[in-house]
Amino acid sequence: MTEKATQIRFHIRRFNPETDTAPSWQEYQLDVDPGMTVLDGLHQLKHTQDMTLVWRYSCRMGVCGSCGMLINGRPGLACNTQILHVTRTALTLAPLPNFPIIRDLVPDLTEQFLKHRELKPYMIRPDTSEMQHPTGEYYQTPDDLLDYLQFTYCIKCGCCMAACPTLATDPEYAGPQPLAQAYRYSRDSRDMGYADRKPSLTADHGIFSCHYGSECSSVCPKGVDPARAIQLMKRQLVLDYFKLLRKKPPCKTLGPNEHAERKANIPAAPPYTV
Amino acid sequence: MNDIKQQGNRLGIIGWLTGGRWGFERYMYSLHRITGLGILSYFLLHIFVTSSRLFGARTWELVMGAVANPVFKLGEFAVFAAFAFHMLNGLRLILIEFGFAVGKAEEPVYPYRSSVNTQRPLSVIVIILAAVIVCVGGYRFFFMH
Repeated sequence: MTEKATQIRFHIRRFNPETDTAPSWQEYQLDVDPGMTVLDGLHQLKHTQDMTLVWRYSCRMGVCGSCGMLINGRPGLACNTQILHVTRTALTLAPLPNFPIIRDLVPDLTEQFLKHRELKPYMIRPDTSEMQHPTGEYYQTPDDLLDYLQFTYCIKCGCCMAACPTLATDPEYAGPQPLAQAYRYSRDSRDMGYADRKPSLTADHGIFSCHYGSECSSVCPKGVDPARAIQLMKRQLVLDYFKLLRKKPPCKTLGPNEHAERKANIPAAPPYTV
Repeated sequence: MNDIKQQGNRLGIIGWLTGGRWGFERYMYSLHRITGLGILSYFLLHIFVTSSRLFGARTWELVMGAVANPVFKLGEFAVFAAFAFHMLNGLRLILIEFGFAVGKAEEPVYPYRSSVNTQRPLSVIVIILAAVIVCVGGYRFFFMH
């Protein structure tokens, strides 16, 4: 026996840059079945009631980070939020705050991506030839991996940036997503780029503008915990300032196993494309 | 992208208090800022009041008469309460910002546990201690003077 559908009142913030001067609210009614996600609900509305409704999505499975929006006053992904888990009567949908609105529920995340790039979110090492044409592997223990693994799950959806109270009043603040990724790479035992990231981290509106509102970690749909990464990064910077930071030796490179024999049925690797 | 007209959506100061279903610590963040501004305002007022002595005994007595008003007494208690919270929460923030009480990185397994859960006892202790100090101080403030 299927459960009876629940009628939910959708309040959706609309903004069309071609015709509107300011966003406004529009109301819809929809029968919601158990298990229906916010994204499913939006699709239903678009197909049956209002084809002008605009939002951004791609993977439908909490991986791409496209469908971040303010769902009943809390940033989250439309694709992994079930409507009946957050309401039984009314659902309010708005674009992620702290980002400009492109249209309806679509925020412009460009600012976040630029700040992210500013903090060099990639492996920095002096042996560029080894990185581009590896002769072996960089040695890393499982414990080394756990030190940063949590922070690699970031999908750049912008939910943490929308929830940050510092970013709400300081547009130049780097924000939780880029700062957490700076720690993710600086903590990686294979990375040697901490000194390169330090000037951006310690600059005005940098990491010390965070005062632990902690909402970034509460709303993160992937359990990344940016607030933790930021505080651990601060500790590293403070220890470094007082010359108490223990410098890790660069990780070793393991060459190919000389005793291993290649199986005959494995084809040769394709040539490098970059 | 530059030729597309966009609508600003920054929450601003309003976002400290409203704008979403935020967690406990975010309201503590807002309260910390508000109490900080309150203490700063008191400090400026205090400088103004004490400096009135420079303009002679008559001005001093006039100003002291004005601040003897019950509204100022209530204001003084508000400053005391703000100071109690701001000091204790400041200690909590110092600990957290030095990387204590936020725990180590862990693999995110649903339902996720974050540093917010790890440091929550500190937040509870801050609130309880601030409440005790405000109650004891309030008793001394209003009933023992």
